[in-house]
Amino acid sequence: METLSSLADGFVIALTWQNLLLALLGCFLGTMMGALPGLGPSNGVAILIPLAFTLGLGATPSLILLTSVYYGAMYGGRISSILLNIPGDEPAMMTCLDGYPMAKKGRAGEALSLSGIASFVGAFLATWGLILLAPQLVKIALLFGPAEYFALFTLAFATLGGVASTNQAKTAFAAALGIGLATVGVDTQTGVPRFTFGEVHLYDGIDFLVAIVGLFALSEVFLFLEHRHGNADASGHKVTVGRLMPSWSLLKSCTPTMLRSSFLGFLAGVLPGAGASLGSFIAYTFEKKLVDKEGTFGTGDPRGVAAPEAGNNAAAGGALVPMLALGVPGSGTTAVLLAVLLALNITPGPLLFTQQPDVVWGLIAALFIANVMLLLMNIPMIGLFTRVLLIPPRILMPIVAMVSFVGIYGISGSSFDLLVMVGFGVLGWVLRKLDVPLVPIILGTLLGNAMENNLRRAITIDNGDWFALIDSPLSIGLWTLAVIGFLLPIIFGKVVKARMRHMAKDEEGSTID
Amino acid sequence: MSDRIFGAVGLILALGYAWAALIIEESFLSDAVGPKAFPLIIAAVLGLSSLVIFFKPDTAPHWPALPRLMEVGAAILVMVLYAILLPELGFVIATALAATYLTWRLGTRPLSSVVSGCLTSLGIYAVFHLVLGLSLARGPLGF
Repeated sequence: METLSSLADGFVIALTWQNLLLALLGCFLGTMMGALPGLGPSNGVAILIPLAFTLGLGATPSLILLTSVYYGAMYGGRISSILLNIPGDEPAMMTCLDGYPMAKKGRAGEALSLSGIASFVGAFLATWGLILLAPQLVKIALLFGPAEYFALFTLAFATLGGVASTNQAKTAFAAALGIGLATVGVDTQTGVPRFTFGEVHLYDGIDFLVAIVGLFALSEVFLFLEHRHGNADASGHKVTVGRLMPSWSLLKSCTPTMLRSSFLGFLAGVLPGAGASLGSFIAYTFEKKLVDKEGTFGTGDPRGVAAPEAGNNAAAGGALVPMLALGVPGSGTTAVLLAVLLALNITPGPLLFTQQPDVVWGLIAALFIANVMLLLMNIPMIGLFTRVLLIPPRILMPIVAMVSFVGIYGISGSSFDLLVMVGFGVLGWVLRKLDVPLVPIILGTLLGNAMENNLRRAITIDNGDWFALIDSPLSIGLWTLAVIGFLLPIIFGKVVKARMRHMAKDEEGSTID
Repeated sequence: MSDRIFGAVGLILALGYAWAALIIEESFLSDAVGPKAFPLIIAAVLGLSSLVIFFKPDTAPHWPALPRLMEVGAAILVMVLYAILLPELGFVIATALAATYLTWRLGTRPLSSVVSGCLTSLGIYAVFHLVLGLSLARGPLGF
């Protein structure tokens, strides 16, 4: 009951004209960015963070804008999967499998609206899951001391590579690099400068926003330059959208699929290191095992469209649970959202729920609003979004680059930051070529300082005894999980990744035939 | 091969980082851990993972041929120039030049690139400066 009244308060906060407009804008921009191949949710949110700042928005409005972009991008990813067989972002990969064959049969419109509805169901249920689960997690988190937090951060880094990670050494490298970057600047506890090489600009450390925009957005531009004649040009594909509304019987036949997939996706989202890609993968494979008796999955079965979309949107909501309740994000995009919170001077974690309930519940209410808006927007306006796909990347990418520059310059007004951003862009490009994940770097720059502070606090409390780190059963449990989470992918990672690739390949083969 | 080089560079980075951590001047007032310990732990993780990457390399990625690489290099140069010249030239001119260059190099015909570059610049100026009131770099011409 208490939850419901808090939620009602949240709606009061979220339902102002300004916030509604921001949510609308966010949903629209997010769907566009999700739809464009190459711009995923992390990129989309990263580019818009500086914008939210320079607009001088308060905490709740900025969050509403950016989470709408987040949800919107998750919806948008499916559009190019279905129409062009190119996933708009990674989680939409599984939607290609049945979405594109459906489009080829002339049922693109149905596939789009069905996947829109599936996205809605997934995201809606996941938001309820967030409401129910997050406060419980907060109760546990309140038992955490500095040592437990240090272990929790380690757990987050250890599992960040995810089950599908192929090279844990590279994940560890990326995390250490990110944390190392965070230590640049004046030490918060003793006031001595570290790793600044006498450069005054480095005294307040490296702004993580500069790092994020450089790593995500600019590296994308470099990748496009490199593959100029790649397959990214969308022109030349023409798909007729066809009838828009799916029939009731079709919806009815997909309902159980959506419900099951939402549940699985949500679980995958909450668990550290799984994220939306895995959510849609699990949902699809599970559904295929369960209901695919005639072998229609992969040839344009509507249930094969509904399952991964419900799964990945539910995972997107689930990933918000650890981010809000513990302050430890479980996926790339939530890491970027964490950057938003930190930049707004909001520290997520258990205290957020008690000290700034308006932010939390306003955000949750905004998620519901964004969800409804997205559903309404995505069915009648689907024609508009499909046209966005026709903007060639050669026009779009320079705009992305310039907007990134404007955003960063707008915050600090310094050329030095722009140069650092270009440096991060180059670094991001090289690391992506080498298959080093970028998310641990971002998370490292974000959490590095908090991690060090907790370590030092834990040990100082125990008078310099390093065994303080493994003093309580809770922290021992977290360390064990971290070790298991880090080692598991080394054993199973190759298998899972190979299966994901294998399935995607099979489908490509069959669509050409 | 790429991963061997990467591992070696990572190892040098780790050693350099550890060295830079060791020469941090400690203040007389310090907590039990001090400012050096955590960076040293991170340096160890960095070094260990670099060693693993060095000794167990993945298959090399597909690196672009030299002309493509030059292309990326030129784009980096343009962005660096943009960052330096932005306060000198003012936002509109600098952005139009940079956007034109990028559009051209991504495969648009030269004339269309100029049009698209100028429109990008003016569009961003209109939306961000005139509508949203963001302060952008002012050049000698006042915009």
